[in-house]
Amino acid sequence: MSTSTIHDIGYRHYEGRRSGRAYVLRSLYVHNLRAAFGLGRPARAKIMPFLVAALMLLPAIGSVAAFAVTDQEDALIRYASYANIMQVIVAIFLATQAPVLASREIRFHVIPLYFSRPVGHLDFVLAKAAALATALFALMAVPVTVLYIGGLVAKAPDSGEQLLRYLGALVGCVLYALVLSAIGMVVAAFTPRRGFGVAAVIAVFMLSTAFVGAVQGIAEANTNFTLQGWIGLGTPFNLVDIVQVRLLGARSSSPGIAPGVAGGVVALAECAVIVVGSVAVLYRRFRKAGLS
Amino acid sequence: MPIIATQGLTMRFPRVTALDDLSVAVEPGVVGLVGANGAGKSTLIKILLGLLPPTSGTASVLGLDIAREGLRIRETVGFMPEYECLPPDVSATEFVVHMARMCGLPPTAARERAADTLRHVGLYEERYRPIGGYSTGMRQRVKLAQALVHDPKLVFLDEPTNGLDPAGRDEMLDLIRRIGAEFGISVLVTSHLLGELERVCDHVVIIDGGKLLRSQAVEAYTTASGVLTVEVEEGRDTLGQHLYDQGVAVHPEGRFLVVDIAGENTYDLIRDGVADLGLRLIRMEQRRHHIEEVFQTEPEPSGGPPATGVVPQEASR
Repeated sequence: MSTSTIHDIGYRHYEGRRSGRAYVLRSLYVHNLRAAFGLGRPARAKIMPFLVAALMLLPAIGSVAAFAVTDQEDALIRYASYANIMQVIVAIFLATQAPVLASREIRFHVIPLYFSRPVGHLDFVLAKAAALATALFALMAVPVTVLYIGGLVAKAPDSGEQLLRYLGALVGCVLYALVLSAIGMVVAAFTPRRGFGVAAVIAVFMLSTAFVGAVQGIAEANTNFTLQGWIGLGTPFNLVDIVQVRLLGARSSSPGIAPGVAGGVVALAECAVIVVGSVAVLYRRFRKAGLS
Repeated sequence: MPIIATQGLTMRFPRVTALDDLSVAVEPGVVGLVGANGAGKSTLIKILLGLLPPTSGTASVLGLDIAREGLRIRETVGFMPEYECLPPDVSATEFVVHMARMCGLPPTAARERAADTLRHVGLYEERYRPIGGYSTGMRQRVKLAQALVHDPKLVFLDEPTNGLDPAGRDEMLDLIRRIGAEFGISVLVTSHLLGELERVCDHVVIIDGGKLLRSQAVEAYTTASGVLTVEVEEGRDTLGQHLYDQGVAVHPEGRFLVVDIAGENTYDLIRDGVADLGLRLIRMEQRRHHIEEVFQTEPEPSGGPPATGVVPQEASR
């Protein structure tokens, strides 16, 4: 017969290693990336992100299947267009998950616990923004990769050309992820209630798309294609698509594309402004939340 | 070396002065920081953590300067805020492990320390459940655990007994005493209730309106007074009359008699009086001062002395 006893050995001091800034930053990034998919939280927190991720994959799988059966190259969705075609799904993911990263810890006053530890304000913001961008990138890049690999297996022609287009599309996905997460985080960080946060992010995307779409429609009717192209800078998906078309050699999947390399450079600059501006705004927001 | 030292610390906000030329130094141990709501306690903690630069003045924590070595300070101290600061949808274990990693503890160490610390604060099986379902007492324990998980040298506990029922309050105070005595971690604990700090602290600092009112060891507040409390089973008034007739300054207070000690023979007079009258003496003890009396003897700017030992609330934000 074995008996086991729990010995209360009292309080023990920690003499072990304390890792520095890089480790803390990495832990924070991983923690937030897990949070973006509801990992480490109850099952119901996982439903939305995984459901949306599955929805993102379905068209890619269907497209590969159709291509394999029909052998029609048109059946394979163009890599660079995928995120744009699926923009509603991407926006839903952003709207439901950006508040998890940006406003949940503000709402429950957890922020001061970070800043009373050796966690820097900028590190904190960068870890969160990078985590959401990574989650979005995975959301978009996985189906694109499915398309590419499916195409390879089903022997799509011009494998060299396919690889180039695939890599170009991945760069596009990075850009989409950065711009979308920058916008989503800022909107969510200023709407502490989760429900409002979701609605606010959706509203920003829907309103900008509706407005830009309306102007583009009118411009097209007046055959003012220059305006139709430039106003595309006003909505996130169209904005990144301009960069893809003008600088990455993709085919357009948006109603209007700003003309020439200049259009692409302006669009890229706008993306950079959005990302840097978002980090600056979030820095101030979290710093303030850390003192309340 | 003092764990906390401030010199002329002043913090002015646009409309209020939270700290006004505060100079104080405290030695290791359990230190109480007492003041009304809005007396500047939480502001002082934020300044000491190096999160809020003071308007003027300097301070050091564990010998580290708040302006230049804030990061080093935050590595070696723990902080338990007064407000709710826990996400409801994660378990206590998950949360405390994460907070340990935020202090730089490697994954395995973070998990071990989190389990140990949660056990020390008295959370067992429930630590695997989401925090949202916890009672106030359990949440306070999780808040305390996250402040201790990285084995700090000093913890700031901001109103740890807030919202607890009397039993929970006693358990929390007992934990605070253990942190100081058994864990060997210095504690700065704030409260607006003097009585409870008297029970756990070695040293008490009292601030009011951002100014230092008093800073001294608890014994200094509670030194023996020149008063005896006498309790007899029956015949309190008979004994009182008897003593009064012999020229002893005596007055009744509740079930007791309070007797001024005039000299050694006061004790003899009471003993003889009890014996002569054939009364049963239950106790006779020298009364100690309570910290609360600071507020009854200090000239109060706001008028009358508070009755219950709660610092006057006139300075609320």
